[in-house]
Amino acid sequence: MTQWSGYLGLILQGALVTIELTLMGSVLALIMAFLAGMGRVSRFFIIRALATTYIEFFRGTSIFVQLFWAYFVLPFAGLSLTPLQAGVLALGLNVGAYAAEVVRGAILSVGREQYEACTALNLGRWQGMRHVILPQALLVMLPTFGNNAIELLKATSVVSLISLADLTFQAQVVRSQTGSTLMPFLSVLVIYFALALIISWGIRTLERRMARGLDGVRV
Amino acid sequence: MPAPIIKVDAISKSFGAFKVLDGLSMQVMPGEKLALIGPSGSGKTTILRILMTLEKIDGGHIQVDGEQLYHMERNGQLLPADERHLARMRQKIGMVFQLFNLFPHKCVMDNVTLAPMLTKGVARVAAEKRAMELLDMVGLADKAKAMPAQLSGGQKQRVAIARALALSPKIMLFDEVTSALDPELVEEVLNVMRKLAAETDMTMLLVTHEMGFAHDFADRVLFFDRGRIVEEGKPDEIFRHPKQERTQSFLKKIIAAGHRV
Repeated sequence: MTQWSGYLGLILQGALVTIELTLMGSVLALIMAFLAGMGRVSRFFIIRALATTYIEFFRGTSIFVQLFWAYFVLPFAGLSLTPLQAGVLALGLNVGAYAAEVVRGAILSVGREQYEACTALNLGRWQGMRHVILPQALLVMLPTFGNNAIELLKATSVVSLISLADLTFQAQVVRSQTGSTLMPFLSVLVIYFALALIISWGIRTLERRMARGLDGVRV
Repeated sequence: MPAPIIKVDAISKSFGAFKVLDGLSMQVMPGEKLALIGPSGSGKTTILRILMTLEKIDGGHIQVDGEQLYHMERNGQLLPADERHLARMRQKIGMVFQLFNLFPHKCVMDNVTLAPMLTKGVARVAAEKRAMELLDMVGLADKAKAMPAQLSGGQKQRVAIARALALSPKIMLFDEVTSALDPELVEEVLNVMRKLAAETDMTMLLVTHEMGFAHDFADRVLFFDRGRIVEEGKPDEIFRHPKQERTQSFLKKIIAAGHRV
């Protein structure tokens, strides 16, 4: 049993790396999502083209390949990243591309009358976006953002391929050292699931808080 | 004779193959209260939306308060207006919509103060003080902290009026502001507009199907049909003694539908 607690310690260390990757990856994904999502509805062709290229490229190629490029190929261009940096970069850019389409869709889902009210009140394009359109669009984005975050959490396991000691990596280590398959794999299953539940719960709480007052019932 | 505050000159506008405005010209004097009536699709709402720069024009010119709305004068030449010019011109004009278009995520107070704070740099304290005066004027001072979803249609529309007034425009456009309201809520909105007309010298243009209100409220009534003004005159002339056959048949239909004239 004492032996097991040691191995569990390894797995929990892996869980910390996974959480770290998920948080940092999500921050990058969020930034990319808003940059590219708003870029897609820009007035300027060049910005729209850049955003579209980014989205199509990162949605169209596999996250494995993107990770390998970030870790193995970029050094040839003079950019050497630690495994963690490469992981965050690949995960953030990949999930950000999906989330960018969520941002675009949510912005377009806000009714034309809201844009017209902005014009009639003489708000500038950016002022209207910042104070009127985005706050309403955010509520539409949230549930899908929750999906994206969970996808990102699960995708973090690919970093074990570039020798980053995340949850999946540690489970393999424990398995090879103990010869037990069930215990390590059962623990990582439970931990991934628990982490995903925390994300779902967090998003739902955020959603409830933001929807307050909008339907005239909950205040 | 003062100069007109709005001069619409030969405006044309099409949606696809449908010609909504067909060389429309009209003038509005400062302080004048104008009612625009006519069948749907006649262009009366479109000219309001054009004045608010919500639609582009296909041809013609509009002068507001002595300046071109859709054009800029540069070295004696007329160029298409850029966003900065439009923003400056919009300061002169406010609009109230049929469906209120309040910001659902902001409370009544924030709906009213947002634009003055952002577009005119008014400090929050001053903006809220002015907003309270306006909300008091429309009878909703006690609803300042309410969310739009908690209000009735009539209350929403009164907030929308206060919100437009907060920018102190010279011209107010009312686009069928009571059409979406339950019948018993119409009067509270009309009362606010009567008060506004009595207490300010704002120029007001309203598109309406409330013929009784148009009769009492307007200095002049314009009857629109197929993108043109078919007949115009004092309310009594238009409603009691319409000269044009199309005006007569329109009013007959309206009366048959149960509207008071």
